[in-house]
Amino acid sequence: MPKVKVDGVEIEVPDGATVLQACELAGKEIPRFCYHERLSIAGNCRMCLVEVKPGPPKPQASCALPAAENQEIRTDSEMVKKAREGVMEFLLINHPLDCPICDQGGECDLQDQSVAYGRGGSRYHENKRAVTEKYMGPLIKTVMTRCIHCTRCVRFSEEIAGVDEIGAVGRGEDMQITTYLEQAAEHELSANVIDLCPVGALTSRPYAFEARPWELKKTLSIDVSDAVGANIRLDARGREVLRALPRINDDVNEEWLSDKGRYMVDGLTRRRLDRVWIRKAGKLQPASWDEAFKAIAKVKPQGSVAAIAGDLLDCETMFAAKKLVNALGSDLLEGRQTGLAYPVPSLAASAFNSTFAGIETADAILIVGSNVRWEAPLVNVRLRKAAKKGAKVFIVGPYWDPTYPAEFLGDDAAILHDLPAHVTEALAKAERPAVILGGAGLAAGAFDAALALDVQRDGWNGFNVLHFSAARMGSLMLGYAQKGGLADVVKAEPKLVLALGSDEVDWSQFDQSLKVFIGHHGDKGAHAADIILPAAAYSEKDGTYVNTEGRVQFAEKAVFAPGDAREDWTILRALADALGVSVGFDSFEQLQSAMIAEVPALGEEGLADLGKLPKAGKGKAKGRIAAYPIKDFYLTNAIARASAVMQQCSAELLHGGEALEAAE
Amino acid sequence: MADRTPAPDTPELRDRWGGFEFTEAYRERADKEIAKYPPGRQKSAVMALLDLAQRQVGEETETQGWLPLPVIEYVADYLDMPVIRVLEVASFYFMYNLVPVGKFHVQVCGTTPCKLRGSDALFETCKKRGMVKGHVSEDGLWTLTEVECMGNCATAPMAQINDGNYEDLTPERLDAVLDALAAGEQPKEGTQEPGRHTSEPAGGPTTLKAMVDANHDYRDEW
Repeated sequence: MPKVKVDGVEIEVPDGATVLQACELAGKEIPRFCYHERLSIAGNCRMCLVEVKPGPPKPQASCALPAAENQEIRTDSEMVKKAREGVMEFLLINHPLDCPICDQGGECDLQDQSVAYGRGGSRYHENKRAVTEKYMGPLIKTVMTRCIHCTRCVRFSEEIAGVDEIGAVGRGEDMQITTYLEQAAEHELSANVIDLCPVGALTSRPYAFEARPWELKKTLSIDVSDAVGANIRLDARGREVLRALPRINDDVNEEWLSDKGRYMVDGLTRRRLDRVWIRKAGKLQPASWDEAFKAIAKVKPQGSVAAIAGDLLDCETMFAAKKLVNALGSDLLEGRQTGLAYPVPSLAASAFNSTFAGIETADAILIVGSNVRWEAPLVNVRLRKAAKKGAKVFIVGPYWDPTYPAEFLGDDAAILHDLPAHVTEALAKAERPAVILGGAGLAAGAFDAALALDVQRDGWNGFNVLHFSAARMGSLMLGYAQKGGLADVVKAEPKLVLALGSDEVDWSQFDQSLKVFIGHHGDKGAHAADIILPAAAYSEKDGTYVNTEGRVQFAEKAVFAPGDAREDWTILRALADALGVSVGFDSFEQLQSAMIAEVPALGEEGLADLGKLPKAGKGKAKGRIAAYPIKDFYLTNAIARASAVMQQCSAELLHGGEALEAAE
Repeated sequence: MADRTPAPDTPELRDRWGGFEFTEAYRERADKEIAKYPPGRQKSAVMALLDLAQRQVGEETETQGWLPLPVIEYVADYLDMPVIRVLEVASFYFMYNLVPVGKFHVQVCGTTPCKLRGSDALFETCKKRGMVKGHVSEDGLWTLTEVECMGNCATAPMAQINDGNYEDLTPERLDAVLDALAAGEQPKEGTQEPGRHTSEPAGGPTTLKAMVDANHDYRDEW
């Protein structure tokens, strides 16, 4: 723990800290462009110059200089001021003065720091360098003349994403940031380089020229595109959500966000259900709420009603539906829409027990039937970190590119009962072994076999289930799980089925039932429904979400739902009146307190206590894991399917631009 | 500065170079370069391999050689590294040609010492022979490039032609070198100054004269 003096104040800094970090600990702001906490140190922007004694009598780049005992650091001397002004002047030599037409304006590091640390004016009279735009795919817009060569984007794609696509070609003044042959950046985290870019060189293409940051209302929310529960901020103007940006949460998403979570927001204004529809003579006709409620009451659903929860639901909606179904004398609740029926003996047995931050420290990992890169891109980032630290990774299932070294053990799930010797040895010798069970693994019946693996250590729980529906853990906590899965609900032949935004169900199984779709997008569920009641999307209601770790998080309402659409719980409350039953709440607060009273864990933000792991059952893993459930990363939910940006990504990045070429 | 943009990725380019592979002799040399580094660090051999690939292309095209994109991809594949990382290296260093060059790549130094010693006249000479900077001459023999310091300042001005350095040039001496090359002869490399061996002072040594023939202990004389 070296002691250093920063501007005359002595502080103690952790071993291995840099001078820049020491200055930050002392509360001094150090301007920087290339340095980023989560990337390797490049030291090429020179903006973080400070004066350090002992050392050469010239300013030093603090980001790349280790803090040492008895250093005297000055960040406020004349030398430092002049050095910063000089560096800033050099950076601005080739930077265009186009802030008024630049999307970064208002949230630009270069803008802010040139005001704070630059000279007042320019002395440069020569021609500026001009650089051609580079194509980097449908998400990233480039204006490379603005690039200051900090190489954060290059380091991100190499170190975090693990896909070497962006590079710095040429040298000196001719250096340019580009992808090879200007191919689109093809990975699930590509748009994070937009946040990393300290200037306006890489900006968001779908958001181009949409708004200025100071016009936007910022709301804290939770991403529902997968079960990671990334913390996001929804930026809205008027009634439209214009963009989603990641918030920093080291336990969940660090500071990244998957492209889907970031860019599906334009789907929130497309294909929306904004009025009530009733199917008459095979065709959906516009109707009023009263007509719809009467039609539902007419089937007399008492004792014969089921609720099927979709993937994007908040806990409050599911709890309200549960109360309604219970009040009607039924307990047919299911959330696993595709018919999965893995046992849920305890909640711990279906959670990601190692936690995301914990899985980074695992030293042997067995992934069973999960394409982690598509099912939870942000978890794959953690696995990559673990692999870089030397963890051995084994995967059961068809090949996918993990971006780190991993051994594929074939796609027969039965291998779990008879693991190869080197795998057993790696798991047995590991201090922190982990098994990650994905959707395809659960479908192949690998649950008991995975649970039987010895991955428990003192203070370490290595059994993990990786879900990919934002609502999954919440629905399991609220009891949305029949023993036989969806098949039990089908067998019961309920008169009334409440489809809560459930778009992945095969509705032909429910021909005999009145299907009431309470959701926000005109997707598969709405197509099959008899009555459609328009509801709110995740951005339009307050709600509690539980991610696959069992982490309870709250999201806030950013905008109002369009047209006649209402928040889900109000629809269910009104439906209770129409059906003549009482659900026991009249306001959102009452609903929340009732829910917390029943499931106390949902009332507290953070990791819920999910109890102990049960003993493994006798279930046999059998059969081939032929494919993973996600066929198209960009189109996994109703919002994403409605999003023009996600459709373009799917066509261009996954289907090789065939669609685009055909259009030309 | 010369144009450092790679030759465009056309179907013709893919057609001509798509099947590029090291010949037996070059593969042997490439593997020897890779063996210089510990296992798993084969990427360190990227500069040597790019040079070898360029030489093989040169043999196939009877020029100094260059690096078409498919060849760069081949090297990336050979070393199991991302192609953008190889392109970064290839576009950084001037010894890699990213566009086709002539049989003789005449690289005349235009940095200060050479300039003071008359490199302008050398460019003039080249120009008179039909060379244009950055282009292959019509007969396919010459490509002229202006380069920065090659480290032959003591014998300025100089030109590097393929693998040979020609120093102490005058327009006449450069003409003679180029004539000889065009005629298929190999002119003497190094200094063109009669009586000079390498970069020793012209007209004999001026200091440490006692050291010329044998070792001499100067310490007593300080």
